[in-house]
Amino acid sequence: MIGPRNAAQPVPAHVSERTFDLLCLAAAFVLIVHTGHFSIWLSSALFMALALRWWQRRYRPGRVPAWLKLPMLLILVGVVVLDYGNIFGREPGSALASGLLVLKLSETETPRDTRVAAAFACFLLMAALLFGQGMIATFVVALGLLPALTTWRSLEPTQATPSLPRQLLPALGLLLVSLPLTLTAFMLVPRLSSPLWGSPNSAAAHTGLSDHMSPGDFDTLLTDDSPAMRVTFDGPPPPRGQRYFRAFVLWDYDGTNWTRIDTPTDVPIPVEAAQTVNYQISLEPTHQRVLPTLDVPLRAPPQAQAHADGEVFADKPVDDVRDYALTSALRYRLQAHLDPATRLRALHLPDGFDPRAHALAEQWRQRYGRNDAAIIEAALAMFHNGGFRYTLLPAPLGHDAIDDFLFNTREGFCEHYASAFTVLMRAAGIPARVVAGYQGGFWNNMGNYLLVRNSDAHAWSEVWLPGPGWVRIDPTAAVRPQRISQGAAGAAGNQLPWYESGLLQSMRNQWDIVNRWWNQGVIGFDAIRQHGLLTPFGIPDVDTEMLLKLLIISMAVFGSAGLVWALWRRPESDLALAAMRALERKLAHAGVVRKHSEGPQHFLRRAIHALPGQRVELDHLMRCYIELRYATVEPSTELLRAFRLAVRNFQPHRMV
Amino acid sequence: MRAPFQRLQQWAERRLPALTRHRRAEELPIQLHRRRIYIVPTGFGMAFTLLLLVMLAGSLNYANNAALLLTCLLGAATSISMLIAFRTLNGLRIRGVRAGHATAGHPIDVTFDVEASRLRQAVRLDLADATQAFDVDGRADITINLPTEHRGWLSLPRLRIWTTWPMGLFRAWSWIHPQYAVLVWPRAELSGPSPMLPLEDNRKQRLHVGEDLASLRDYRSGDSMRHIAWKASARHETLLVKDYEQPQAHHEWRFDWRDLRGLDNEARISRLARWLDEAQAQGRQWSLWLPGEVIGIGGGPSHYARCMSALAVLP
Repeated sequence: MIGPRNAAQPVPAHVSERTFDLLCLAAAFVLIVHTGHFSIWLSSALFMALALRWWQRRYRPGRVPAWLKLPMLLILVGVVVLDYGNIFGREPGSALASGLLVLKLSETETPRDTRVAAAFACFLLMAALLFGQGMIATFVVALGLLPALTTWRSLEPTQATPSLPRQLLPALGLLLVSLPLTLTAFMLVPRLSSPLWGSPNSAAAHTGLSDHMSPGDFDTLLTDDSPAMRVTFDGPPPPRGQRYFRAFVLWDYDGTNWTRIDTPTDVPIPVEAAQTVNYQISLEPTHQRVLPTLDVPLRAPPQAQAHADGEVFADKPVDDVRDYALTSALRYRLQAHLDPATRLRALHLPDGFDPRAHALAEQWRQRYGRNDAAIIEAALAMFHNGGFRYTLLPAPLGHDAIDDFLFNTREGFCEHYASAFTVLMRAAGIPARVVAGYQGGFWNNMGNYLLVRNSDAHAWSEVWLPGPGWVRIDPTAAVRPQRISQGAAGAAGNQLPWYESGLLQSMRNQWDIVNRWWNQGVIGFDAIRQHGLLTPFGIPDVDTEMLLKLLIISMAVFGSAGLVWALWRRPESDLALAAMRALERKLAHAGVVRKHSEGPQHFLRRAIHALPGQRVELDHLMRCYIELRYATVEPSTELLRAFRLAVRNFQPHRMV
Repeated sequence: MRAPFQRLQQWAERRLPALTRHRRAEELPIQLHRRRIYIVPTGFGMAFTLLLLVMLAGSLNYANNAALLLTCLLGAATSISMLIAFRTLNGLRIRGVRAGHATAGHPIDVTFDVEASRLRQAVRLDLADATQAFDVDGRADITINLPTEHRGWLSLPRLRIWTTWPMGLFRAWSWIHPQYAVLVWPRAELSGPSPMLPLEDNRKQRLHVGEDLASLRDYRSGDSMRHIAWKASARHETLLVKDYEQPQAHHEWRFDWRDLRGLDNEARISRLARWLDEAQAQGRQWSLWLPGEVIGIGGGPSHYARCMSALAVLP
């Protein structure tokens, strides 16, 4: 790519100034869409190099000397390694590639080089979308295709050079014409259910909560700032300490993972409510069936079912924003009577794991006797005073995960604490389970709603005590109380900054609707949505094979439409002439072909000779045509109609 | 790389009648239609398709719908550019061919009269080694140089009309082979004896001003003072000059094939060609005797062309 060219080769034609301008514009677009991903130094250096090369080619034409190229390449690689530590991966890779594009421009003189550079620019434009697929970013990237396509176009010969915006217009037209085909292909290209190779930004960030919990599951979720749901309350919102949203109840522990089990549905949630609150939730698409509810719901909303342990599941996956209204109890007594089977399940622990945790629990039990509350206190006190640390990047845990966590690493986040606490409780003989859901949220004063983000995902424990039933215990609060009291947004207070007030705020809200549409329509169009594509037509699940068939069929339809367009010729505006052409075709079939130099009269006379059986008809046709053509300036419409009809009815009998 | 490709092409033309259907010369006008327009991706088009596949795999793998949308957009634009390439040639009509004059060894101008119902851009015509790019909107004359070697009739070779419009990703082409031959004039010899002049010509070499006053005309700079008609000018706003009739110079040359004995045919032809050149350059009158054709006395470009053409077609 970089290096001196063989001087013996014939020097190819140089590209025009305008073509090079277009190429530079495409490269500038690449740098613009990547600006946020590069360090400011690299970004500005690349811009400078691009501008310098543009200036040099325009005002000091000549090749960039070869001895300059290798050092520049080395400097580029050096800067990238310095910035990112290596040259592999998404960020360093795109930085290196953008640098190579700019370097490529420094030696671009021939049409071939120009084509290759523009194609490379297209690739880099697409690569920018790997960093973020927001609507504006996508549109800017699509806009960046215009100079690239126009660069190719300008390499074609015999073209005038209009002003730059005018020159970009045909490419815009081409892209607009391509849109129907694009959208069809976009909808029907089968999505991969699992990636072929490692993905740079794990899709887990958008999956929301899952119905099982293993170490490290939450960490991507906890850094995902996208909204999970919006909650409006009838009356004042519950205090911060009670904003727990229950999603999954996890019962089974196998030493690493917590998983939920199917508890009976169709039974009322065994809850005695003391203080209830009515509220509505608007849930962002999760493609799961679970509906988070404020702890603890009294009954399920329509088209959903409640489980005995307080989980609520919709009948269908939540593929679009779902609104539901609920009533929950803030003070409650949940399942005051525990049946033996459930009790056994709530005490079950796998054999052969975490001996030290078991020993500690036995020790507590021996010390406090039958006082369950004292054991819980002891456990929470241990988390509070035992040197535990809250971090989103904990050290990895070994085979005995709980032992490792309790006695070695002592760092982790909600799922570690909930998991360890529940195991300790079970080991001490107290029925316990893990609850996963959301906690906290940001109270929006303007809109009077609680915005719960994915980063508000949380896990806590429930222990069963005789009398109160299941009691929520949040061991994370013992370690990091502000996680509960202040939530993710911290003490933002009621003071809104100037840029979130009044008109600007309302404009931002309106813009948010467009963003939501883009998020749902484009970004969220994944394998699950795709499989539900034909639901309105009565086909609930479209599998990959069917998608491929549909894709091929629609491509064939588009292909034929394109062919019709390509083959279409303007119909003859002269109707008499068109009819004459039709007559010529019919006679040609019968073996009488009109010669190029032959007049209509001569030709038809010849036809009469060849087809004496149709003398009368042909003679009439000839007279009609001569009359139409040559008798008057404006022939009568009746005559024209008669001629066309006669031509349509004329059937030559082939001579045998 | 090129040699095997050419062999493959020759094999294809031999074996595939669809490609060779229009190899024989055909009558004008020739209209390009879907059965004789071929289209393949260019090398760059292939490479770009590969790039698109990489982009498709990447965006599917990373479940990146925006990137997928962009890839689909580029792919759709590429497919449509293929149709545009086809449409650029479809319906193009070569109405006629005209050729200029050239002597053997010099390229001859061949002009194609091309007609199209709508604008066609960046169409290219390959004739021999020359390529001419042109736009057609309505009608256009495309002139292209055809190299010549020998005198006589030269049939137009098969020529290729092609385009990579609009983006250089696809090449649409069609072979056309119009039934048309151009006449190549003989090459004049470089040096040799002057034509033998009739004796009486020497006496009348001098051009002189005639005696008879023919008319009066406006003064032109360079006119002799002696020719100004002073009396007439006095009655006029401008100077008038007496115009005298120029007498005809009687100095026609008679070129005769039979005078050039002792030379072979081609040498005779090239000598006559040189003499014709000289006579034409000096503005003389001449006649030409050839076996089978006698051309009377005359002068000027059309007479010259007639004589040269007669020389060109000699056996």
